[in-house]
Amino acid sequence: MIEARQLTKIFYDRKRGEVRAVDGVSFTCQPGRIYGLLGVNGAGKTTILRMLATLLQPTRGSACVAGFSVADHPAQVRAKLGFLAASTALYGRLTARETIAYFGKLNGLSEEEIRRRTEHLATELHMHDFLDRRVDTFSTGMKQKTSIARTLIHDPDVIIFDEPTLGLDVLAARTIVGFVRDCRERGKTVIYSTHIMSEVEKLCDVIGVVHDGRLLAEGSHAELKDRTGRSDMEDVFVHIIGAEAAS
Amino acid sequence: MNMRHVTTVYLKELRDSLRDRRTLVSMFVIPTLLMPIIFFTFGTFTTKVVRKVRAETPTIMVLGGEDSPKVRAALAAHPRLKIVKTTDDFRARISEKKLRAAMELPRDFDQSLEEGRLATVKIFTYEGELRSGFAAGEIDRFFRDYREKLIQARLDERGVPRSVLKPFELARQNVAPPEKVGGNMIGGIIPCVIILLAFSGAMYPAMDLTAGEKERGTMETLLCSPVGRTEIVFGKFLVVLTASLATVVLSALSTAVTFGAGTLLFARETFATVAQGPGGAAARAALPSLHPGGFLLSLTMVLPIAILFSSVLFTLSLFAKSYKEAQSYVSPLVIVVLLPAMLATLPGIDLSTTLACIPILNVALLCKELVSGIFNWPSIALIFVSTSVYAAASLAWAVKMFNRESVLFRS
Repeated sequence: MIEARQLTKIFYDRKRGEVRAVDGVSFTCQPGRIYGLLGVNGAGKTTILRMLATLLQPTRGSACVAGFSVADHPAQVRAKLGFLAASTALYGRLTARETIAYFGKLNGLSEEEIRRRTEHLATELHMHDFLDRRVDTFSTGMKQKTSIARTLIHDPDVIIFDEPTLGLDVLAARTIVGFVRDCRERGKTVIYSTHIMSEVEKLCDVIGVVHDGRLLAEGSHAELKDRTGRSDMEDVFVHIIGAEAAS
Repeated sequence: MNMRHVTTVYLKELRDSLRDRRTLVSMFVIPTLLMPIIFFTFGTFTTKVVRKVRAETPTIMVLGGEDSPKVRAALAAHPRLKIVKTTDDFRARISEKKLRAAMELPRDFDQSLEEGRLATVKIFTYEGELRSGFAAGEIDRFFRDYREKLIQARLDERGVPRSVLKPFELARQNVAPPEKVGGNMIGGIIPCVIILLAFSGAMYPAMDLTAGEKERGTMETLLCSPVGRTEIVFGKFLVVLTASLATVVLSALSTAVTFGAGTLLFARETFATVAQGPGGAAARAALPSLHPGGFLLSLTMVLPIAILFSSVLFTLSLFAKSYKEAQSYVSPLVIVVLLPAMLATLPGIDLSTTLACIPILNVALLCKELVSGIFNWPSIALIFVSTSVYAAASLAWAVKMFNRESVLFRS
């Protein structure tokens, strides 16, 4: 489970001064559910997720991931977490197998566990043909599958996806979407950040609309549609952030 | 700190680096091949040129002297000079390297000598040209011998002993052992080379493992793992240190082999003339050499200096967003690093307690002493400790920087 309470992140910029990237965001993600963070580029989604993944420290507020506080137990949080983002690239000079094994070791898995998990993931993701090839020779789809495998090698309870389909072709994007669904089926706690409405509609059980660092609305598709009186998800989103802009 | 994590990061980064062609070139190829290429290319070329010049009998032209048959006959009989026909364009021919040198005998040279009048012989040469210089040297030697014989004859004629002109002899005796001579001659160069190699060996991996990772987007992937930031810093830093030490060690081995083979190939020929001549044994003993123990000990001083360079380069590169930006931070450092090393080569700068605390300069001065066979143990300990303290401080700085969000996620 993920619980964020009044999560706030302030950056100091020489030109712009104090920048409030995330401002008092609170939400809860339950196991077996996909929580979608929806927002335009620069809305603050990545900053929220980086705080949950302990890459950034919150300026104010708190968050608990799988029962551990991100501020007090960052290593334990990361041990329970899988983080897959467009910005988390792979080592081009390693093979897919070496990459997966490296992250297995970093997560404290034994050689036997790594071998067993690699075999399982390679079968599930159809990776056997390229498992021993170097990553820099891979297509985008192969890279995505390898990224998924390295994210899942330690079988984390919580998985965070930050715009994972950014720049991918249709087939590669489908692989990711299918994989996210599988995670829900297995009872994982999933956060999915995106600005693509169709993905939100297909995947997310609960949607949080983020704009200018604040969580403006939260609920299921049906709830948000009812609340705004719109039937199309894009219209719902524009209505929410438009109402905010007007106010 | 979890050492298992440090080892995992270290082994992965090492494997990754060893698969990178640029790292391989800077870590193995350049340090191994640089010295043999320079030495053998330079050695072969120099040996060939010197051999050719020595084998050649220089062509010279004699201007004037038609009224001085004695000196002309002596010149014609000299086996190391080939007299050619006199022409007016001798200057142009020397410039065009068709003629090595020319000499101008004054009017009535023979007669002037007999009457005890001062006569001046002019030698025309092309300054800076090796063959012309050799030819001028031969002419010079000829006239010095000619003058000596003349003086001797005059003294004998008047029944004056030689000691009237030369009341005493001067004999300079070297008391410095060969390793001291070597230490003074090349002792300053060795630390410069070691320092430069330790720096250049660390440079590429330091940039690749920090700014390079940020640029490629793999840094964030690594930071998402449960490994602590300090463990990541140590794992990566140890790879940079390994590269720095490997560069120095490979280069030292390559230099030792090159010099060993080079001495057999080239030096024998170069020193043969000196050693076979009068005082040959003394000349052989005076050939510069290095104290082997001191040389080995100076190599151990590479460790703290490599730690210092690795941590400084690692931290500086960490600030950069891209590899290119890291290069612009790191490249000017080469001068900063070389300056104190070059200062140490200046005469009159000796190791003191204060200088023993100045990084780089202290190691450079110590290496100079060590290869000369001077073992100042308190200074060695002080330098080792002070350099290690600087290295540790720099490493602590690297860890601190690695924990700063503004450094890791600079955009």
